[in-house]
Amino acid sequence: MPPAAPRSGDAIFASVERVNAELFTLTYGAIVRQLLTDLEEVEEVNKQLDQMGYNIGIRLIDEFLAKSNVSRCVDFKETAEMIAKVGFKMFLGVTASVMNWDADGTCCSIVLEDNPLVDFVELPDTCQGLYYCNILSGVIRGALEMVAMKTEVTWIRDMLRGDDAYELQVKLLKQVPEEYPYKDDE
Amino acid sequence: MIGTGKIKQYANVLDKPLGKGKQEVSLSAFAFLFSELVQYNQTQVDNISELETRLEDAGYAVGARVLELLCQRDKGNRRETRLLGILSFVHSTVWKVLFGKVADSLEKGTEHEDEYMISEKELLVNRFISIPKDMGTFHCGAFVAGIVKGQQRPRTTILIKFAEEVLRREARLG
Repeated sequence: MPPAAPRSGDAIFASVERVNAELFTLTYGAIVRQLLTDLEEVEEVNKQLDQMGYNIGIRLIDEFLAKSNVSRCVDFKETAEMIAKVGFKMFLGVTASVMNWDADGTCCSIVLEDNPLVDFVELPDTCQGLYYCNILSGVIRGALEMVAMKTEVTWIRDMLRGDDAYELQVKLLKQVPEEYPYKDDE
Repeated sequence: MIGTGKIKQYANVLDKPLGKGKQEVSLSAFAFLFSELVQYNQTQVDNISELETRLEDAGYAVGARVLELLCQRDKGNRRETRLLGILSFVHSTVWKVLFGKVADSLEKGTEHEDEYMISEKELLVNRFISIPKDMGTFHCGAFVAGIVKGQQRPRTTILIKFAEEVLRREARLG
């Protein structure tokens, strides 16, 4: 029986329930503000955002796989395309593009022009080291780890710091082979 | 202290057009984010009422900004100062923008002059959170209460009552 064809990001986004992006943006802003007040150190906030993103990513991947019907990605290139075209679209309603592949095919950039997290946001001078969208890097890292890929995700360009787009570098560190059978009785 | 530094590129963000506010994200994205917010706050507090207060503060920030945003979009920069005016504003416009529909009802409380109730049968933020039995009266509605608090200009208490909340409490007590 042929597997169901993978659905495009637009189709999935149209079929899921949606909420106003501003509620999302403002809620995220409230989170960042709380973190800044509690933790005070910008580096700590970056780490916490990444950790929160990681927690989200490991759960988000299940929903992604369930809704998008994708079959196993053949290589990292396909994985990156999936994230950019389907993943971002179905959760955030925006499309990202993949570029800057290195020679091995293990490192690429995902570029976002439109980012619902940062509407109405600007960074004051006191928070210059803050990666405001760091939650996204955690989400990608967490999601990929659940499908057996250890990655490192870093920000290359950040519009809040004056660049013209948001660019995330995703680097595949290693692929962890799945182990069978799982030891359920531990 | 955060927030008191001079803001660079001041003109830029304010010059950007406000947009129609029609953009959307998936419900699950919001649910994930909200659950992280709650989980993070749980690690920072020692008891339930502190948790509620923190969620309310977060919601307050959201509410204040939503109010500004909506007033700007409304052209004419109308700011409601009459009590009933602002309540119906919250009840219809704000609820519609945030949750996609108007709140189920708006009633005047009978006990005190200054209490009103906005009822909502199924609150968006509660849909994906299951409250463990030992959390007592905690509910994520505190977040929404904060949003409403951010809306009011005159000083009144707004009691937010949710039909499902009452039912749940009955079930727990019964």
